Amino acid sequence: MSNIALFMMISTVSVVTIVTGYFFWKVLKAPPREEPDSFLENDDEKR
Amino acid sequence: MAQQKEAWGSRIGLILAMAGNAVGLGNFLRFPVQAIQNGGGAFIIPYIVCFLLMGIPLLWVEWASGRFGGSRGHHSTPFILNSMDKRKFWKYIGVFGIFTNLAVAAYYCYLESWTLSWVYHTVTRTFAGQSQDQVAGFFGDYVGLNSVEPIVFWIICLLLNTWILSKGLSGGVEKVAKIGMPLLIVFGVFLAVMAVSLKAGEHGAINGGSVGLNFLWTPDFSTIWTPKVWLAAAGQIFFTLSVGMGSIQCYASYVRKKDDIALNAMSAGWMNEFVEVVLGAAIIIPISVGYLGIDKVIEMTKSGGLGLGFRTLPFLFEQWGTALAIICGVFWFGLLFFAGVTSSLAMGTPWLGFMSDEFGWSRKKGAWSFGAIVLILGLPTVLFFNQGVFDEYDYWAGTVSLVVFALAEIILFAWVFGMKRGMNEINSGGDIKVPMIFGFIIKWVTPILLLGVFFGALITPVGNDWVGAFQNGWQLDNGSIIKKITNSGLKEQIAAAQTAGDQSLADALLEKKLYINGARLLLLSVFGGVAYLVFVAYRKRIKEGRFE
Repeated sequence: MSNIALFMMISTVSVVTIVTGYFFWKVLKAPPREEPDSFLENDDEKR
Repeated sequence: MAQQKEAWGSRIGLILAMAGNAVGLGNFLRFPVQAIQNGGGAFIIPYIVCFLLMGIPLLWVEWASGRFGGSRGHHSTPFILNSMDKRKFWKYIGVFGIFTNLAVAAYYCYLESWTLSWVYHTVTRTFAGQSQDQVAGFFGDYVGLNSVEPIVFWIICLLLNTWILSKGLSGGVEKVAKIGMPLLIVFGVFLAVMAVSLKAGEHGAINGGSVGLNFLWTPDFSTIWTPKVWLAAAGQIFFTLSVGMGSIQCYASYVRKKDDIALNAMSAGWMNEFVEVVLGAAIIIPISVGYLGIDKVIEMTKSGGLGLGFRTLPFLFEQWGTALAIICGVFWFGLLFFAGVTSSLAMGTPWLGFMSDEFGWSRKKGAWSFGAIVLILGLPTVLFFNQGVFDEYDYWAGTVSLVVFALAEIILFAWVFGMKRGMNEINSGGDIKVPMIFGFIIKWVTPILLLGVFFGALITPVGNDWVGAFQNGWQLDNGSIIKKITNSGLKEQIAAAQTAGDQSLADALLEKKLYINGARLLLLSVFGGVAYLVFVAYRKRIKEGRFE
């Protein structure tokens, strides 16, 4: 591969992967909200 | 507020379902072809710019509009839009958000059924020992309905979609997304590694995987300032994110006001970009260039990515030996199937939401009625695929309608609902704070870009040569919306056939014109039908005193 193609590919793939991972990590790390929230799985009683 | 009948099971499930809605066959078949045709590695610059200035703002607008409408008991765009501004016409603009999903699902489920069928044929070794022409011929025979098999697979696909939808959001859509998205990524990573590690001389490959990557990523910076490349980049961002359909609003309408949408939208949007840019770029082109060479691939990509994906890749996988041919074939078409099914499920939910909100239909009744509509509406795309009905649906419902609706909804959000309220709505309950600059972008930059995409399609100059059109006078391309409406390209072909004395070709083209006009009439009827239902629902609301 030419240097410029390699640079374009590595820089793009790295940026997209890092940003995707960062936002997903933030979702995983976000503290849960007080009930009632939008989600069923953490409910004491099923709706 | 009435207690919601439907809800998401978990936050991760919601994000995966939203990402699954966006990730479709286009991530793997359309993006790499667009990149090759528009400057290679240089395409990524306008592509990323358009993602930041048009894609992300539209995602936030649609998530925020959906949650806003949902908090008022609306789960489909006609009344979501009407909850943001009381003028009556908005609910008829919102018809696009149901119509588009019905019409796109009608042909998309057929496309989805091909992937299921190709998995079956990979496992049963149909492609073993076949030449490339034979594999390509198999595709032609398949869509030409030389047997009832395409109809059987299509019905299976429809039943599967309907059954999953009848299980509801958390019990159906979310479960499929939680299984389908991780599997899709695993399959994609495996195929990308196989493609990139391809070596010249092994298994009959004439080039290594790096040749294809070099071809795809080598930037042609001379193209970067041409309008064609920017329009292609804006178009790709627009279609890859599934914005302008009404399905994002519907999914987001089941999120409560105090829960986050700002971070969720980012996470789902970037996940789609990861699948498209990292995985989508690393499979089809390196493998195709590895076996066919650059010139042949350039030739083949002129007709889009479908040809490479279905006509060529099964033959190329066969070069890797029986075991790998089966594994890679199942992974490739399985990946496309999961990409397809998570999108088609999203197309069903606006109809279910609308019928439940307005007419009290159960989700089972809603799901089976959706299946029935898609069956009736999709039948012409299956039976008359070669007469251009499939392409006609894709053009009007899957392309033009999306741009029109997105343009309308961003004007409503930014200019009528107001950016101050809009930014508050986006940031409400947010786990991240959206930078204030996006208020300016949503109000000015995104609508201008969308207008560019719309007018770019409306008045496309001959050969997509924008510079030439400005310098030498404007002649419309037959692919422009204006020329499409008048069937200009088809009329030219008919005239040419008649001039050449080829009456059978002229007759076939005249018949094609009839089918195309019929398809348009059918689409218009569906739009009119949904608009009528919205009218009935509106009258019902007034009668019951349910209108805010």
